[in-house]
Amino acid sequence: MRKLVILSLLLVLGYFLLNTFAGAEFGKDRKVLANYYLEKSPSELQVANTVTAIVVNFRGFDTLGEVTVLFLAATGMGTILLRRRSKHTGLNPMRTSPEASKIVQAAGKLLFPAIMILGAYVFIHGHLTPGGGFQGGAIIATGFLLLLISYRQFKVEHKYVTWIESLAGLTFVSIGLLGIVLGPHNSFLENFLNVGTLNELTSGGVIALVYIAVGFKVAAELTGILDTLVNIRETGDID
Amino acid sequence: MNQLLTYSVYGTAILVMMIGIYAMLTKKNLIKIVIGMSILDSGFNLLLIALGYIKGGTAPIFSPAVEGKDVIMVDPIPQALVLTAIVIGFGVTAVALSLVIRLYRKHNTIKIDEIKTLRW
Amino acid sequence: MDAISLLLLFFSLIIMIGAAVYAAIMKDLIFATIGTSLISLSLSVIFYLLHAPDVALTEAAIGVALSTIVFIIAIRNTKRYEDEK
Repeated sequence: MRKLVILSLLLVLGYFLLNTFAGAEFGKDRKVLANYYLEKSPSELQVANTVTAIVVNFRGFDTLGEVTVLFLAATGMGTILLRRRSKHTGLNPMRTSPEASKIVQAAGKLLFPAIMILGAYVFIHGHLTPGGGFQGGAIIATGFLLLLISYRQFKVEHKYVTWIESLAGLTFVSIGLLGIVLGPHNSFLENFLNVGTLNELTSGGVIALVYIAVGFKVAAELTGILDTLVNIRETGDID
Repeated sequence: MNQLLTYSVYGTAILVMMIGIYAMLTKKNLIKIVIGMSILDSGFNLLLIALGYIKGGTAPIFSPAVEGKDVIMVDPIPQALVLTAIVIGFGVTAVALSLVIRLYRKHNTIKIDEIKTLRW
Repeated sequence: MDAISLLLLFFSLIIMIGAAVYAAIMKDLIFATIGTSLISLSLSVIFYLLHAPDVALTEAAIGVALSTIVFIIAIRNTKRYEDEK
């Protein structure tokens, strides 16, 4: 009965939503603000990928908030899960499960450098090709995940992860603050370097630098989340 | 043809969103509720990207292939928004699941009608 | 869009609905997680067809790989079946 009521209410909601969106025809040109971005991105900033220009430059403050939210998620998970470490004597089920087969281990070792290079390529070329800091960071975290699930004794050094994350965040904020001091309009995250020419690796000025910092930060944060989850102690005796 | 595309793409996005909300409202298992959240997220992302699509458009990248040509580009703003939304969605999922594991350790169950302190 | 892209788009949309229903009704949570992974995979193909390669890359890396493994680790630490006491 309860499910039936919920189902009918959702059908009504879906019908009205569909009717609303059917008015906005699929594939129709309704850009207004985007025309400004599409015009300024190649001419003023010399950035080929407009999505990167929006994420890092036009709406760079949003991105700072976003990496902060990810950082809070990583630290929050550590606080929720890894309390009273000394009281738990049981082993983590992931660690006591039988070790991955030799094929998985060898393939993981073989694939890890290739995944690292792909991730680095994706975030270094974020202003030229599809991709950027978030995608590259996620790819690098996938590489660490491969090692974490195939080797039982593999551990991520939390000291280095924390250092990389802090330094990358500091680079982001200090580039933004330098924009206030050195930029022609004195605003946060403004470009103060030579923008170069379109479709070259050195184009874009600070955008490329900021996206590399974001790539390191996201990679460190996601690796931290995965390491926290893999290292959970066994359930049971608590409180 | 355009009418069919409008209804099928938006209809799929809204249907997937409704399935996600249905799973969140009717299921008793906490992990199933988080799965419902993840489904809702996917449907909403599809809806946003579909609103930015332009017929005959190209990806918003000024690569050498499109240099000097008169091309229409799809709307880059929803893409930038959804890029943010996917990463934030992953963070939300991870925190929610860690809360579920914590609740399981405390109460030894993940069904919400058996956890007494969640009853109201 | 040409005919092949349209065909692929409709195919991915159907897979997405099917995977969403599968993930919502499946009692075995590991199978439901594979359903959400399938949603992300077809969503990534749809994003590519709608000319959003940046978002397709993100969805492929985060939705298919990382999100799935987080769900599976959480299920390993709790209960596998939905109705299990």
